[in-house]
Parts: sequence; C-alpha cells; structure tokens
Amino acid sequence: MQADYLDGNALAGPLAEIFAADVSAAVSRCAACGQTGPVASLRVYDRAPGLVARCPGCEEVVLRLVRSPDSAWLDLRGAVTLRIPLRDGTGPGGQR
Amino acid sequence: MTRWRVARLTKVRDENGTARTLVFDVPDWPGHLAGQHVDVKLTAGDGYSARRSYSLAGPEGVELTVQRVPDGEVSPYLTLDMEPGDELELRGPVGGWFVWRPDGPAPVLLVAGGAGIVPLMAMIRARRAAGADTPFRLVYAVRSPEQLCYTDELLRPDPGVSVSLAYTRRAPEGHPRPPGRLTAADLGPYGEADCYVCGPTGFVESAAALLVGLGHDPARIRTERFGPTGD
Repeated sequence: MQADYLDGNALAGPLAEIFAADVSAAVSRCAACGQTGPVASLRVYDRAPGLVARCPGCEEVVLRLVRSPDSAWLDLRGAVTLRIPLRDGTGPGGQR
Repeated sequence: MTRWRVARLTKVRDENGTARTLVFDVPDWPGHLAGQHVDVKLTAGDGYSARRSYSLAGPEGVELTVQRVPDGEVSPYLTLDMEPGDELELRGPVGGWFVWRPDGPAPVLLVAGGAGIVPLMAMIRARRAAGADTPFRLVYAVRSPEQLCYTDELLRPDPGVSVSLAYTRRAPEGHPRPPGRLTAADLGPYGEADCYVCGPTGFVESAAALLVGLGHDPARIRTERFGPTGD
C-alpha cells in the first residue's frame, strides 16, 4: 500500500460541493471490519481518477468520489452507516 | 453547498525564504473556525486547472501561509509570482473535524511538523483573539532555523501558551536540544489534553504513535496530513 496518502480532511471540500452538512466530520462504520471513526481520519489516496478513502483499520475501500465535468459519482459501498452531526447552522461550525 | 468564490490578493508577507503569507479579500466570507481550510483553484489560459488545499492561518479573514515546494505546480506561483490585485478561486471554509473552538475547556497539545504549523497557529491566534485561558502547549518540529514560520510571534510571551522548538537536522548554536527526530521526550510528560497533529504524512504517523505511547487517548488525537510534499 502506498504511503503517500492524505486523510479524510481532504474530502471536506469535494463533499461540500454535494452536501449541505460537513460529511468530513461524520462518523462512518467500515463495512469490512466494523471500525468506526470520523470520515476525516480515513486514508485518502488522490493519485487516481478521483478520491479513494480507505479504512485506517483494515485498508478496505470505504468511499470513492469521482467528479466529472457535469456530475459527481459517490460510491459509499464500504460504509455501513454515516452519522452526521447536525448543528442548527447558525453558530460557528454549523452547516459549512 | 459550498461554492467557488473569487478571492483578490491584497497583501503578502514573507515568513522565511520559502514560505509566504497571502491575505485575500473575499466578499461575503462567512467566517470560519481555527483549523479549517480552503481549496484553491488555479486555471490556466488553456482551461487546465489545478487544486490544492491550504489551511487558514488566522481566526478572521482569509489568510493563507504557503510553503514553496520545488517543482510544485501551484505553490511556486503563490509564493513567487502572484501579486496584490491578482485573483484566484477558492472554496471554503471546509473541514469541521480538525478544528478548535475557543469554548473548549480541555488543555490543548499542538504538534506541528514543518508547514503543519499553519492551522495550529490559527488555533493559537483564535485563543488569543477570544481571550481564552485554555492552557496551550505547542511542539514545533522543523529541519532548521531557516524553516521557521511566525518566529517573532511565537517567541513573544503569550500567557498560557508554551512553545518548544525541535530542530530535526540543524539547531542554532546554543539551542538546548540536539538536532534529531521528534521523540516521546519532546511530547511528554503525559498530561490530559486534546491533541492536534499536523504535518507531512510520515511525521503525523510517528507523532501520533508517540502520543498514544505516552498514554493519550487515540480518540482525542486529531490529525491532518498534507501528503509527502504538500504540493
């Protein structure tokens, strides 16, 4: 496995293009090993078409995101659930 | 949804020989939390565009500190060629996990590797701006004195904030710590804290492992990696 990965913080911008809530702060559960943790702590490989986020526990793919000129392809097959913190959107850190 | 905004460069400040702070005017900037970042997009005349993420360096306004990466695609333009009045596109603020809020009561341990100082400096500045008394400790690892950013500001006394420098290759004469990799002794002794670690991927891996070894709860260690080079 290459060592030049980023972390899920790098997904914040690309996902902010799609979702109103900050998905990088969500907690995901890996479909392969069951580990839970913030999307921001996934290992993100960006030297590919799109972004591939892998579980830091078992290295299985949790999420893939590919952007074409007119659409975004989001593959969430490796995430059983996403728990997305919701604030009222008025305070700092609200829906950004 | 976060849209791309046009940002106009208003001011630049050299931090050292290879890093520069850029201050942008961004109409309707919504404000941000310390630790958040922006995505920057540069588009060439032929339509080719390159994107990079940069941490916001201050608690208010859009201020980025960029480290020049030799042979980089974006950072040489930002650190050498871009002039006040020039524009680029940026998207943000983004990232709600690697953030510090001034109402956080827990003591804070910041661990920076090289240009990883930027979002941590934003936290120190946000603490000062909010008048918070949360104890802060910064351990800042850099190769050599020439690589330091924000030197004067970090060396100025800031009550409640302790700063230690760890030179990894070459230390200035008289520095008490011999140059070398970051060790547990640099980060210890253990004290209950929220930990924020930012730097190149390898640095973050080893610093986070040292913190866990000292007894820190992995759930209270937040990390931000900017890859092997940062560009």
